[in-house]
Amino acid sequence: MHSDPASVRASIRKYVMIGAALLVFTVITVAVNRVHLVVPLAITVALIIAIAKGSMVAAVFMHLSDEKRWIYGALLLTAICFAVLMSVPFFTVHDTIGTPQPAIGLAEHTPGH
Amino acid sequence: MNIPYTVEERPDSGLANGKLGIWLFLASEVMLFGALFSTYIILRTGATEWPHGELSVPLGAINTVILISSSVTMVMAWASLKMQQWGKHRLYLTATVVLAAIFLINKYFEYSDHLTRGEGPWHSTFLAIYFTLTGLHGLHIVGGMIVMGYLLGPGAKLWKSNPNQFTNRIEYTGLYWHFVDLVWIFLFPVLYLL
Repeated sequence: MHSDPASVRASIRKYVMIGAALLVFTVITVAVNRVHLVVPLAITVALIIAIAKGSMVAAVFMHLSDEKRWIYGALLLTAICFAVLMSVPFFTVHDTIGTPQPAIGLAEHTPGH
Repeated sequence: MNIPYTVEERPDSGLANGKLGIWLFLASEVMLFGALFSTYIILRTGATEWPHGELSVPLGAINTVILISSSVTMVMAWASLKMQQWGKHRLYLTATVVLAAIFLINKYFEYSDHLTRGEGPWHSTFLAIYFTLTGLHGLHIVGGMIVMGYLLGPGAKLWKSNPNQFTNRIEYTGLYWHFVDLVWIFLFPVLYLL
């Protein structure tokens, strides 16, 4: 990260511009919500805008666009673990524990029949 | 004995200890909030119906604007220190604390509106996850305010004895604060709009 006074001075305009862009994106998010899109499309649009806003905060305010390799490495590991965490709900779709199974062929194997 | 690498960068990582430390802390925070977001997905996809429009969108949007503005003032507080502008730094950091306080006041009104109607976390699955996510986020806001309060008060003395270390502390506080803002950027659409 370039943090000498001259480059910081040059970055101030960028911070203000990004702040303004984030506010505009917030207005867009609320405006899109008023259109009443179908739920899957509304979720997609809202998440795309949120990811765009989050990326701007991380890249500019948190200086991630110009960081050291160790930080990128730590964040890559975090991203992998986060992806696993987010995939847990999808695994539950195939979870059949506790679901009653049909008793196929039970009558033929029951003693006394 | 002095703690090494509080200001100068380590030769192996190229980072001061505090910088790597705060990023590892933020990584653990990603997993903490990630677990709750994952819980939200499970609860929502498993629900037969999900309430819509229970929360005040204008109030949520105002809080989003407040937190984004506080992120700008926080980064300006750090930039001011880098440019040796102590007065401006104090102004921006104070503005960040004030904006954080306004956020919490808004949240208080929102919570009390629900609770006076008997709509606490016990009322529905949606309100349970809403109070959990926003409550945890609110605690992070309080934590950030305590740290910033310290840096405005007794912690400010470090500027005279070791300005570089103080600037680093402001940078790490800023990284935490931007993360808190980032979490809200996702909480707002997920809870208020969808």
